[in-house]
Amino acid sequence: MSELDAFRTEVREWLEANCPAEMREPIRDEDDICWGGRNFKFKNDAQKLWLDACVAKGYTVPDWPKPYGGAGLTPEQTKIFKQEMKRIHARSPLDSFGIWMLGPALLKFGTEEQKVHYLNPIARGEIRWCQGYSEPGSGSDLVSLQTFGEDKGDHWVVNGSKIWTSYADKADWIFCLVRTDKANKYQGITFMLFDMESKGVTTKPILLISGNSPFCETFFDDVEVPKTQFIGEINRGWDVAKYLLGHEREMISGGGAGGDMVSIGGAFAKAFGKNAAGELDDPILRAEMAAFDVDVFAYRAMGERFMDMWKTGRAHPASSNMMKYVGTELNKRRHELVMSGGGSEALEWDSEETKGGARARGWLRTKANSIEGGTSEVMLNVIAKRILDLPGA
Amino acid sequence: MPLYHNDDQAMLKDSVAPFVAEQAPVSHLRQLRDSADATGFSRDLWAQFTEMGLPGMLVPEAHGGLGMGHMEAGIVLEEIGRNLTPSPFLSTGVGAVAALAHAGGTQAGRWLPAIASGEAIVALAIDEGPKHRPDRIATTATRAGNGFRLDGKKSFVLHGHVADMSIVAAKTDGGITLFAVPKDAKGVTADPRRLVDSSLASHVTLDGVEVDADAVIGEVDAGGEILDALLAATRTGAAAEMVGVGQGAMDMTVNYLKERKQFGKLIGEFQGLQHRAAHLYGEMEVARATVMKAQQLLDEGSEGAKLMVSVAKAKAGRAANLAVREGVQMHGGIGMTDEYDIGLYMKRDRALAEYMGDVHYHIDQVARMNGY
Ligand SMILES: Cc1cc2nc3c(=O)[nH]c(=O)nc-3n(C[C@H](O)[C@H](O)[C@H](O)COP(=O)(O)OP(=O)(O)OC[C@H]3O[C@@H](n4cnc5c(N)ncnc54)[C@H](O)[C@@H]3O)c2cc1C
Ligand SMILES: Cc1cc2nc3c(=O)[nH]c(=O)nc-3n(C[C@H](O)[C@H](O)[C@H](O)COP(=O)(O)OP(=O)(O)OC[C@H]3O[C@@H](n4cnc5c(N)ncnc54)[C@H](O)[C@@H]3O)c2cc1C
Repeated sequence: MSELDAFRTEVREWLEANCPAEMREPIRDEDDICWGGRNFKFKNDAQKLWLDACVAKGYTVPDWPKPYGGAGLTPEQTKIFKQEMKRIHARSPLDSFGIWMLGPALLKFGTEEQKVHYLNPIARGEIRWCQGYSEPGSGSDLVSLQTFGEDKGDHWVVNGSKIWTSYADKADWIFCLVRTDKANKYQGITFMLFDMESKGVTTKPILLISGNSPFCETFFDDVEVPKTQFIGEINRGWDVAKYLLGHEREMISGGGAGGDMVSIGGAFAKAFGKNAAGELDDPILRAEMAAFDVDVFAYRAMGERFMDMWKTGRAHPASSNMMKYVGTELNKRRHELVMSGGGSEALEWDSEETKGGARARGWLRTKANSIEGGTSEVMLNVIAKRILDLPGA
Repeated sequence: MPLYHNDDQAMLKDSVAPFVAEQAPVSHLRQLRDSADATGFSRDLWAQFTEMGLPGMLVPEAHGGLGMGHMEAGIVLEEIGRNLTPSPFLSTGVGAVAALAHAGGTQAGRWLPAIASGEAIVALAIDEGPKHRPDRIATTATRAGNGFRLDGKKSFVLHGHVADMSIVAAKTDGGITLFAVPKDAKGVTADPRRLVDSSLASHVTLDGVEVDADAVIGEVDAGGEILDALLAATRTGAAAEMVGVGQGAMDMTVNYLKERKQFGKLIGEFQGLQHRAAHLYGEMEVARATVMKAQQLLDEGSEGAKLMVSVAKAKAGRAANLAVREGVQMHGGIGMTDEYDIGLYMKRDRALAEYMGDVHYHIDQVARMNGY
């Protein structure tokens, strides 16, 4: 048996012994997701047991080095680990912006001390982070941001406001883009880290079209940030910000694969009924679903190839923009079909049978996929410029 | 296995890509077309392919081949696609080899070494009407003497008029049976037609063709499985060739966007074109990954291969079609001219799209394989 086969067996046995049955059920509600953090309330014992077991092995962040709370797996091992998780439909033990976004940026730009200090609590689910990038006047054109940090010797005094800050009201800390040099657009931003409980930080939730309220306006009123709490170099935060966006885009693109839904047509044939020929009994919808299934199976192959290349440094550095564009447009199409398949039942907004309008709310939520983390149009601009090298882009 | 080429495969690509680009660029196709070539490909070029061992890539080593996989064959096909090279590689080196190697037995022993040595060209006589419907084969094989008598009509048989042997799928009492019908068999007529992409495909008539019992490839009535192997290999190969066609068209178009000026600017500066080019890039990347996945699953002998092969043929079909349509459009008037190569890409794409099941056929297959 090769080493990788042995590893697969080891993981399989470990999962069998440690992943509780409840944690192999599909995610149904937002509170099925373990976000961690100071104020996180576990939904049940299984969720906590599963987190603890994974933390002990470094499996919340399997490919991070061991000193930072990971399991130190190689890309091949990580792929096997994920395949085995998927095989038993195991839920992710911990999801967080710390894992998806800040972690990779710290691994690349952080000092040794910062890595040990910040990464371990992320891996253990102790500190939950939010992302302070967008401002009312700076969305796609992020580099125009105005939130300002005034230099006071050993600390900055930060004033300004952020918007669309996901989970700002639930997060413990924020990673935040702050202008520290007004004369220099690109080289005048510092990538700061600070506690959301700092004096002068307030948040105001915003209601989304889905009726949920996961994001906020975030205000900074003379917030003091010690001059040790930044990543990379002072005034060179844009480099860190862009690198982090690459990881954010990669993460958001994952939605395109569709999780546990193997085939949308297969799932709906049951609800719709089939005709005498054994076909989904609505020929045009069947055709659209089948064409969609082709694109999903294709996108899963793309996801596999992208990850294989990304993790081994073979991918074009801008290719996560392509993944995000293709994956999010696909996910939006999926939810349009889910609504069509569900008919009038899928329109129900708060009935018990529809789990509080899960389909309608989910459909509306996916519309943000091609906006958050950079819009589809911005992704296309980046592909045109950085990959196709088109002029003036 | 990671889904990118390993070192050996990368080396293969490094030797095949310049070889095809130098020996058989698009001008090679033009030359054959303009001289009204009656063979459909260049025998000299096929001899060069043979020197490199290409016809026998998929032939098992025991039969004198290289025993490589679909991933490797795909590397060659992509270059054939990119250069629009007329070649019997797909039918002979991929489809026929897959069927014969799967079946084994007398016919495999007879033909596989001949394919590997470049001596034999093999055609695939599967389709019978304008659309690919392998589940509705009407050609019959009835027992006669110590062999069979074949009757029926086949269409879209590439290289059918010059092939040393044709693999004919026919109905027998208990199922489908594949036959190796040699070139000189009595009662076979091949009527070659010039297609839109300048290739030659025959309407083949089988009128009381008598073959010996040992002309059967594999076992009588058990040809369904062999046919499946042939189709999976050929569809995957056609998909790989389409990735080459699409990539060739896209590269040519993106270059044109960087050269052509209108309104005092390079047209590649217009966001209306940038976004479409970037969208096309994404579709082509996805198609490439999908084709590689199908090749990998076929090479592993995985159960999931059949689904992925249809996904690959459909996805590569959509992506390459987008590439050639955007290609002609973004070239403006010059894209409509015969002198310019982009139109040739559009023509080849159309022929490959139809070959062994078009996008619609394979989307339908994907629905069926998923139970709806
Ligand atoms: C659900 C959700 C969660 C979010 N979470 C966070 C978060 O946690 N932290 C955070 O900092 N931000 C977050 N965001 C903000 C997100 O990053 C921004 O919404 C996004 O960058 C777009 O900015 P904007 O909303 O200002 O739109 P705008 O930039 O005003 O764009 C409006 C339209 O114009 C188009 N457009 C803009 N520029 C161009 C161009 N150059 N070429 C072509 N078209 C263009 C856009 O594509 C879009 O269609 C979140 C957003 C959503 C929807
Ligand atoms: C079959 C045929 C018959 C014709 N007959 C005649 C005739 O009888 N008389 C005559 O005078 N002309 C004729 N034409 C020429 C025709 O009008 C031009 O081909 C057409 O105006 C496009 O110009 P172009 O070919 O130079 O393409 P270009 O202008 O070079 O365009 C190339 C590509 O760039 C795009 N593009 C250009 N500018 C922009 C922009 N600002 N924003 C976004 N995209 C842009 C175009 O849409 C196109 O996709 C004919 C053309 C054809 C194909």
